[in-house]
Amino acid sequence: MSVTERTTGTARVKRGLAEMLRGGVIMDVVNAEHAKIAEDAGAVAVMALERVPADIRRDGGVARMSDPALIEAIQAAVTVPVMAKARIGHFAEAQVLEALQVDYIDESEVLTPADEEHHIDKWAFRIPFVCGATNLGEALRRISEGAAMIRSKGEAGTGNVVEAVRHLRSVIGDIRKITTADSAERYAWAKRLQAPVELVEEVAATGHLPVPLFCAGGLATPADAALVMQLGAEAVFVGSGIFKSEDPARRARAIVEATAHFEDPSIVAKVSKGLGVPMAGQEISALEVKLADRGW
Amino acid sequence: MGHGPRSGTAATTGGAVTVGVLALQGDVREHVALLDRLGAVPRLVRTPADTDGIRGLVLPGGESTTMSLLLESSRLDAELARLVTEGMPMLGTCAGMILLASEVLDGRPDQIALGAIDISVRRNGFGRQVESFETDLDVKGFDDPMHAVFIRAPLVERVGEGVDVLSEVELPRAPGIEPPGGEGRWRSPVVCSRDNVIVAAFHPELSGDLRLHELLLRRIEGD
Repeated sequence: MSVTERTTGTARVKRGLAEMLRGGVIMDVVNAEHAKIAEDAGAVAVMALERVPADIRRDGGVARMSDPALIEAIQAAVTVPVMAKARIGHFAEAQVLEALQVDYIDESEVLTPADEEHHIDKWAFRIPFVCGATNLGEALRRISEGAAMIRSKGEAGTGNVVEAVRHLRSVIGDIRKITTADSAERYAWAKRLQAPVELVEEVAATGHLPVPLFCAGGLATPADAALVMQLGAEAVFVGSGIFKSEDPARRARAIVEATAHFEDPSIVAKVSKGLGVPMAGQEISALEVKLADRGW
Repeated sequence: MGHGPRSGTAATTGGAVTVGVLALQGDVREHVALLDRLGAVPRLVRTPADTDGIRGLVLPGGESTTMSLLLESSRLDAELARLVTEGMPMLGTCAGMILLASEVLDGRPDQIALGAIDISVRRNGFGRQVESFETDLDVKGFDDPMHAVFIRAPLVERVGEGVDVLSEVELPRAPGIEPPGGEGRWRSPVVCSRDNVIVAAFHPELSGDLRLHELLLRRIEGD
């Protein structure tokens, strides 16, 4: 057998990990103990951060990348992939996360942006990136910068799924329209979306984004997960919704079951029973800071 | 976005073979697409009832710990164990390979190992995502190399008697570290087969290579 080249950090390898997470739940965790609870509940991956978004909102101030020591403790505690967040445009934080060998970097609006014009050039990294998007144009711009996964930008830390639903419907609705557009219309779409025409053509041909589309922001219940999966999300992120609830382990497990069996209401009903008090939600109109407005 | 065909399609359509794809989590859609291209009828398997009438089963890539828990809660664990005992042809890629193995190293203590093929696998044995890679592999019985995508792949550390190693990958040599293959072997099996069971540490479904799925269909037809 011949010795063959191996190549790392390719688009296929980066998007490939996102494909493997499909149908699963990625959970925010703030320490090794939470990470174990998440893994025991069936999380496909964990997001390591110092404070869940609900606490970031409450505390205010500048939110930054987590302490590397915390990320390492969480990496040591679990065998599932570990993700971590960098500030929008903060490529030096992303370099640190790459040096720590996290499995995915979330260039996240939940942290305070470091650059008001530029996102990170994600092609420059071997580690894959996930980015948030409120609409198809934003999603395609992030993909053109090298994002290997797109997630909605629902209002993190609110326990209110309404914004994530808006983003999913916007992205998927526009994809549906593009698949029936003729070639002249596709140029107009590229212009309107402020996105490369090549990516618009790809979406038109395949009927989906070139990378997996996940849902994030405000999910708090198993039925929330079933809702967004039926709308076309391919996996879900749950942040404050788990560890700000009365019984995190049970709620986490229930959301995992509901995400896997999203087409079976009898299973969603069964796992939703007696979960205790969910996190208290917030009306979007009452928020002082709207995170989805961060990113360009 | 397509979630593939719904479960409960007819067992056979015009003589085509119905093949189950375990659909609790992971890259189910890609396996469904390959089976479609080969003229088989894919069936999503999420509950024991979904296995009715299938003649083979594909276990996809994904997170084996998650799938293991979902197998238990859906009672598919007992159903799959029964199908393994009956000798149903199966193909497992990556996490699917882990589920079909007889021993899982670095897994959760309660992780399911169906024991369909006598191999020991170490989860994430090639390292974290930064080490995920693509390469070309020679596979026994195939004329052309196979393009293989390894994502946080499992490493086969032991192969039992009677298990055919159809392909191996070169491992990067690291000074001061014992080769995982033992006795100076810097290679590890990445495609193995025994009777009706085929396992791969990588994802032919991501590169769109049909040949391992074709092999599964041939096993189903008793070639």
